[in-house]
Amino acid sequence: MARATTSSELIPVIPETQGGSGLGRLARSSVDILKRDRFALAGVIIYLVIILVAILAPVIAPYDPHAVLTRNGAWLTNQNPNGTFLLGTTNVARDIFSQLVYGARPALLVGFSAAFFVALIGTVIGLIAGYFGGIIDTLLMRLTDIAFGIPFIPFVIVLVAFLGPSIWNVVLAMALLLWRDTARVIRSQVLTLRSRTFVQAARISGASSWRIMFLYIAPNILPLSMLYGTLAIGWAILTEASVSFLGFGDPKVVSWGFMLQDAYVSQALARGAYFWFIPPGICIMLAVMAGFFIGRGYEELLFPRLRGR
Amino acid sequence: MAVSSVTTNERAPLLEVRDLVKHFPLRRGMLANLAGDSEAVHAVNGVSFSVRRGGSIGLAGESGCGKSTTAKMLLRLFEPTSGQIIFDGQDIVTLKGADLKAFRRRAQLMFQNPYESFSPRFTIFRSLVEPLLIHGVKDADERTRRVWQALNDVNLQPAESFFQKFPHQLSGGQLQRVVLARSLVLEPEFLAADEPVSMLDVSVRAGILNTMKEQAAQRNLTTVYISHDLSLIQYLCETTAIMYLGQIVEMGPTAGVINEPQHPYTKALISTIPIPEPERKKTTIPIEGGVPSAISLPSGCTFHPRCPFAMDICERKVPPPLDLGQGRTVRCFLYGGKNEADEVGKNAAAA
Ligand SMILES: Nc1ncnc2c1ncn2[C@@H]1O[C@H](COP(=O)(O)OP(=O)(O)OP(=O)(O)O)[C@@H](O)[C@H]1O
Ligand code: SF4
Ligand SMILES: [Mg+2]
Repeated sequence: MARATTSSELIPVIPETQGGSGLGRLARSSVDILKRDRFALAGVIIYLVIILVAILAPVIAPYDPHAVLTRNGAWLTNQNPNGTFLLGTTNVARDIFSQLVYGARPALLVGFSAAFFVALIGTVIGLIAGYFGGIIDTLLMRLTDIAFGIPFIPFVIVLVAFLGPSIWNVVLAMALLLWRDTARVIRSQVLTLRSRTFVQAARISGASSWRIMFLYIAPNILPLSMLYGTLAIGWAILTEASVSFLGFGDPKVVSWGFMLQDAYVSQALARGAYFWFIPPGICIMLAVMAGFFIGRGYEELLFPRLRGR
Repeated sequence: MAVSSVTTNERAPLLEVRDLVKHFPLRRGMLANLAGDSEAVHAVNGVSFSVRRGGSIGLAGESGCGKSTTAKMLLRLFEPTSGQIIFDGQDIVTLKGADLKAFRRRAQLMFQNPYESFSPRFTIFRSLVEPLLIHGVKDADERTRRVWQALNDVNLQPAESFFQKFPHQLSGGQLQRVVLARSLVLEPEFLAADEPVSMLDVSVRAGILNTMKEQAAQRNLTTVYISHDLSLIQYLCETTAIMYLGQIVEMGPTAGVINEPQHPYTKALISTIPIPEPERKKTTIPIEGGVPSAISLPSGCTFHPRCPFAMDICERKVPPPLDLGQGRTVRCFLYGGKNEADEVGKNAAAA
């Protein structure tokens, strides 16, 4: 090889920020996965629809979900589906379709915020435990064991009973408990990453522990955090629904779980008012399934060998 | 740039290793400790050597004899079980915080596997600029210039064409050059290289070794090369140390050790070098038996189960390092030392 001149005019100025960041690459390979994986694509579409409905709820819903609908002073209770009330009305004359549309809002709110905290807390705890090891690891893993020992739904109910019914308390309960799965998986991943040569090379360069954790290790576990985050979305929506169905939900918020509970206590089942309880049930199921499908897609992204050929 | 190098004596060793020991406990945890469970892998068992500023030493020996472990201790990736590592007059074993960081700027390590040496998510530029960012080179133009210079120095030209590449876009040979560039970008005084070319295609090895030699000379680097390949060490190092089961069994000027080996183990190693094609080596040793386990080391001279010259004393006593003159030492009773053995044996047992 020839030796080039070392004059400094030859040096182009290239900003250090250029090049593939972890997120950029993740986005690119996510698009690849969506092209191949129909289920993940379906999951994404379902969420996009839910998001759209949540944003446009006031436009889509023909009535206020709380409003008692009357005609000539008479309550329009227990209407069957018809042109005016697409899914009929409840026993206190509220429009079921409008409730269903507005139900997308608490679902998303709970789903995404809980998922965010679950992924964030789990990732940070897993990172710290796995990287530092020793006594810090032991303490954090005992804490994780304790979190695993607490039954989830009863914990949520107790917390909500204690702090008052609010969807934010459901989010809080999830954040307090469900980081446990993420933390364990992230920790074991960090344990292997920590001994990788490029991490040792960073130590040789003099990088601090925090720099190594967040610059070298975290980008490599980000997809795993996302996986647990997406799985938590479905979980959170289901949890909110369960808590509401059991009657511990926020009575001022019309969620899909609240609708189910409302239908249940109003004997909708006995009266065969399927249009009342089936649609919110389907919505919950779709949201949970979509989270699962997207999570599965991420899993393929992480473990390419799972990919069917 | 290194202030200290101006003040220190050129003759004094930059690096001096004294009685370095590394044992990896097999079982960890309080219970094992309470039970007095001391089973361990005896990876390094009392290694001592020194390298003058600008000098080079090669550590050779079979797989598992503790070469990498030694290198990692020199660079503070492993904490020694005991022993001292004196770098420029200072024991670095206990360094912490800012002192450790200052040491990191002066000493670098090249790993064996170039494909594994970079974060897959960083561009080459990003990987090379990291050390400069970490050590507080504030000026962005200065950083770019130094990265460019380092790439250029290792013959990756035009240097800027590599800036935005990702590691997987480069060949193994190119990547190992980038590893070298990263080691040089901080302008260190000391560089250790652990099997720097053994993962690479035979056709590119010589070129990279040339570049390493050239850079080491230009920068007056003090180097430690680690390889099971004696021809590589012969090419790069003025001093050669032969390791067996975590100990240096023979050491001296490279030409002497390779042309007139004294220790039976060295003789066996040398006999396996094919002279005409130095790159096609296969370290098969014409001695009975494999390497014993490093968990329960043989008594006395650890080489005795395989040594064709083994005597009674070899089983019972540890041969002390004997000075053969001309800077050569050997650990073998064939060259004397039977009287000193008692004392050394006791010391070894106490350690
Ligand atoms: N982190 C570790 N934990 C436990 N044992 C280890 C560890 N690292 C190395 N060892 C053991 O220490 C001994 C020496 O290993 P080392 O990697 O230093 O050998 P080496 O001379 O570099 O061999 P090679 O030529 O195969 O690279 C081996 O028996 C190895 O299994
Ligand atoms: S001390 Fe004995 S066993 Fe060891 S190498 Fe020398 S002769 Fe062989
Ligand atoms: Mg090794």
